Amino acid sequence: MATSTPTRDAYATPPREPKKEPPSERRQLWRSRLWRFDDKASPYAYIAPFFLVFGAFGLYPLLYTGWIALHRVEMTGLDSMEWVGWENFDKILHDPEFWTSVSNTFLIGVISTVPQLLVALGLAHLLNYKLRASTFWRTIILTPYATSVASAALVFALVFRADGGLLNWTLGLVGFDPVNWANGHWTSKLAISIIVIWRWTGYNALIYLAAMQAVPNDLYEAASLDGASRWQQFRKVTIPSLRPTILFTIVISTIGSMQLFGEPLLLEGGALGATGGNENQYETLSIYLYNYGWNLGHLGPAAAVAWAMLALLLLIAAANWFIGRFVRKSAV
Amino acid sequence: MTMTSPTHTAPVKLAPAPKGGAPQRPSRFRMGAGQQLKGGPFAYIALAVVGFGSLLPLYWTLVAASRTQDEVLASTPPFFPGGKLVENVQTAWEQANLGKAILNSVIVSSSITLATLFFCTLAGYAFAKMRFRGRGWLMTAVIATLTIPPQLSVVPLFMMMSGLGWGGQLESVIFPTLVSAFGVFFMRQYLIEALPYELIEAAKIDGANNFRIVVSVVLPVARPAMMVLGMLTFVQAWNDFFWPYLALNQQNPTLQVALGQLSASYTPDQSIVMAGALISTLPLLVVFVVFGKKIVGGIMSGAVKG
Repeated sequence: MATSTPTRDAYATPPREPKKEPPSERRQLWRSRLWRFDDKASPYAYIAPFFLVFGAFGLYPLLYTGWIALHRVEMTGLDSMEWVGWENFDKILHDPEFWTSVSNTFLIGVISTVPQLLVALGLAHLLNYKLRASTFWRTIILTPYATSVASAALVFALVFRADGGLLNWTLGLVGFDPVNWANGHWTSKLAISIIVIWRWTGYNALIYLAAMQAVPNDLYEAASLDGASRWQQFRKVTIPSLRPTILFTIVISTIGSMQLFGEPLLLEGGALGATGGNENQYETLSIYLYNYGWNLGHLGPAAAVAWAMLALLLLIAAANWFIGRFVRKSAV
Repeated sequence: MTMTSPTHTAPVKLAPAPKGGAPQRPSRFRMGAGQQLKGGPFAYIALAVVGFGSLLPLYWTLVAASRTQDEVLASTPPFFPGGKLVENVQTAWEQANLGKAILNSVIVSSSITLATLFFCTLAGYAFAKMRFRGRGWLMTAVIATLTIPPQLSVVPLFMMMSGLGWGGQLESVIFPTLVSAFGVFFMRQYLIEALPYELIEAAKIDGANNFRIVVSVVLPVARPAMMVLGMLTFVQAWNDFFWPYLALNQQNPTLQVALGQLSASYTPDQSIVMAGALISTLPLLVVFVVFGKKIVGGIMSGAVKG
């Protein structure tokens, strides 16, 4: 962490030049105390806002969620909480819709994250060439990042329409029958993944590009002297150097895909979003939580869903850790 | 509250000021095969295809927003914008309370951005250049909070906000996002390299107290990074959807919330919805065209470096 931290002395009160008429001794003592206090307290004062805000609006609610999950709380009367024990957990764990949304979240996560990161890697490789107007290309590719979830989802809702949608029209040109994107189990997940991929690929590509530019050239020179082809260099030099970055983007994209909300909510427009389609075919965990809490008005089960999400997140983190360990071990 | 974590970046090294993107390499003749070779036609074609895919949905928004719903949904979709843009925007304006929504979005995004800049610079400076007990694990704690999805705390947050009397008010959206872990990390990485200890010491010897140092030494040095963080924060606050959608209501929406409600109405007219989408995206597109290079540099400078 600390790379070049100077000793504490660098922060001590600088020695004061004796003046012609030095202030009284008491005053000097007071001043140096004040200095010392300023030095000791300032760092804590500067980081306090973060911890105060996070404590009040992040950590405290996170813990309080567990308490609410054991109560009956209705949207209509937020003040009255009635103890019900494990009932809420019982309710959601025995709800097939909950398990549907767990598997939907997982599947959409996989089919959006994997292609997204692969394409981003390829794009970064292209952008790493010497290009005319390189800034222009980078900006163009990042543009979807400027779009909100809401606008992106709504435009794609038009593109994916069953009749009169841009995509089906294009498919029709090539001779395919129209697809009912939002109604199919796989097609709806694919549609949502495409929205996610569209918005985030450019962003990830830029992160990879930055990491690629930090790879020392000597490595490539050495590799080419050893007779490595371009593809071998990419595989044996670029990818290993990017490993921490790749791992990081995987973690972040996984967490992001756990939270998918706007895309499924707005995929079809109208009121269907709150249940994730007529057969819950694209209902994610966030939608399930929203539906219970804000659509049906039962906040207790919604809080239980939040805890289920936390459990799932920890599970994913553990899996990540194990895979990471396995990869490191097998690499040795 | 940071939804779907757009401005996430990793706990590793940040380059100093992003001066015009990539660090310049020595002449390419000296380099081995591979890196920094000139891109051939294939690279340009591939980038053009991806670029086309990136821009097409935005263009389609414009086309759909400027035509009638029947035209948009016709079996052969229109390829060029029509003449209904003004009319559609007017209708969207009335139906979705857009005037109020724009005002709200501006208030929310700018207050979040200002607060984030101030607090994150302070905290970033403390973590970068000041020594204090617990610095290491406190910084780890800051980074760890990046991995907590907002979904986990929205239920009690909603109840708290209603208890505070902020139910449906902008405060409920602004306050949880006043500081961001990403911002603290970003400013710390920048200041570690950009702010020499000599400057701080010189100011101390001149008799400046700590806050004085922040104002007259740290803030000027941090300005380039603050610009970038400001833009990233603004984009994120402007586009935030999940928590505002739960916390606000039809009478007092932000643009994104208004947009969501417009589409959730019983028979949404697609052209009107697209007119709303266009209005909500346009300001950011303008920001992108003007500051594109800076934003790209900012995202790349926040990225992981081996």
